[in-house]
Amino acid sequence: MTQTNAFRDPSRVNQLIKCIQTEAAPIAERLGRPIQIMEVCGGHTHAIVNTGINQLLPSSIELIHGPGCPVCVLPTTAIDQAVSLAESSNHILASFGDPLRVPGSRHSLLDAKANGAHIQTLYSPLDALKLAKHHPNKTIIFFAIGFDTTIPSTACTLQMAAQQSITNFRVLCHHICLMPVLTTLLERQEIQLDGFLGPGHVSMVIGAKAYASIADKYHKPLVIAGFEPVDILHALYLLVQQLSAQQHSIQNAYSRVVLEEGNKAAQQSINDVFISGIDAKWRGLDLVPGSGLSIRPKYQQHDAVQLLNSQHVAENNTDPVYCKQVLTGSLKPHHCPWFGKQCTPHHPQSGLMVSTEGACAAYYASHAKTAVGTLS
Amino acid sequence: MCLGIPAKIISITDKESATALVETAGVKREACISLLSLQGNSFDDLIGQWVLLHVGFAMAVIDQDEALRTLALLASLEG
Ligand code: SF4
Repeated sequence: MTQTNAFRDPSRVNQLIKCIQTEAAPIAERLGRPIQIMEVCGGHTHAIVNTGINQLLPSSIELIHGPGCPVCVLPTTAIDQAVSLAESSNHILASFGDPLRVPGSRHSLLDAKANGAHIQTLYSPLDALKLAKHHPNKTIIFFAIGFDTTIPSTACTLQMAAQQSITNFRVLCHHICLMPVLTTLLERQEIQLDGFLGPGHVSMVIGAKAYASIADKYHKPLVIAGFEPVDILHALYLLVQQLSAQQHSIQNAYSRVVLEEGNKAAQQSINDVFISGIDAKWRGLDLVPGSGLSIRPKYQQHDAVQLLNSQHVAENNTDPVYCKQVLTGSLKPHHCPWFGKQCTPHHPQSGLMVSTEGACAAYYASHAKTAVGTLS
Repeated sequence: MCLGIPAKIISITDKESATALVETAGVKREACISLLSLQGNSFDDLIGQWVLLHVGFAMAVIDQDEALRTLALLASLEG
């Protein structure tokens, strides 16, 4: 039993909404505007739009969709590198399904596949290791994307490849860490934020204590939340309680999964394989200091960077300006002039419209469910 | 991408590679549990536990007592 149903219980949902309403109204009055809470994680964006939580909340609280969808912030360069590697007849590119439809500067991976490039979709990086064993004459390149939640699985798989001397397995690393983008957003001060809904599954890896500086240095509350409606509303309630008392601390409303320390074995595995704290480019956000990772020299024979030549590195980003505004929370997806017109899930302009966790795709799906024009 | 699926550990299929058979909604599959065993959970203790699965790896044990504690806390709310 995981009590999942209890965390979806409509009566608990209604009661929490009432509690939030009571607590939030005086704060909004004091501020002279709605409370602005950023949900950082794309999984939360999806859950919030999909379950209609954003429609149930009182107007005194507004949710800002953050940049926490790895597919949405994947830079064009990453797609271009993956496409080029997949085009070589010596390689098989192994990728999660999520990034396949993200536009590159020439092709998406799906287009490249239709043109004959060797691309295999997988569920786990371990499948890439199996592919390597089955195809000893090809180099299998795992296109490693995702936040802290996913990084340990790549690290473990790479360690296994090294232990088992699987020399035809390499990793094209485009992993990024989530915590540095929060401090970057706070430093840039482009939007007014009163607090954060903390990402549940990133936190199970990095631990609640990883967010200390959000409270200590930036004086913002952050509450870690699970993904069921009751989880999200419980965290929002704790956030408004903190705002009401003019406090700012890190709280964990997903304690059944997230430990204060996170998963230490996962952190060790990441440290063994990667150098972290490298500046990395995010689509729509430019350089995010300290958010990137690279494979340590001791594992360089498993690093796909060695196979790239300089022509793969040219940055050529053609995203509409609106995508950046949506990624940083300053534009709601359905207010983008291209939304549902030049840009649909079948003809996406960026990852935001591709991934189910992308704010634009989430709004598009809920638009299709409800009558057009009812979103506010 | 950061999706986590609750799954129950049914049995350990290979201790050396830390592979377990897990079940979600009646579907059985293999998962790597090395990140839980390295965290100090013994294989025997893990059997029967609910874990959070992400891209084939069990990343966290779902703590039933904590789940019940959270629900009890919510039950005491008035609004
Ligand atoms: S609707 Fe399309 S063009 Fe507009 S912000 Fe979203 S992804 Fe970009």
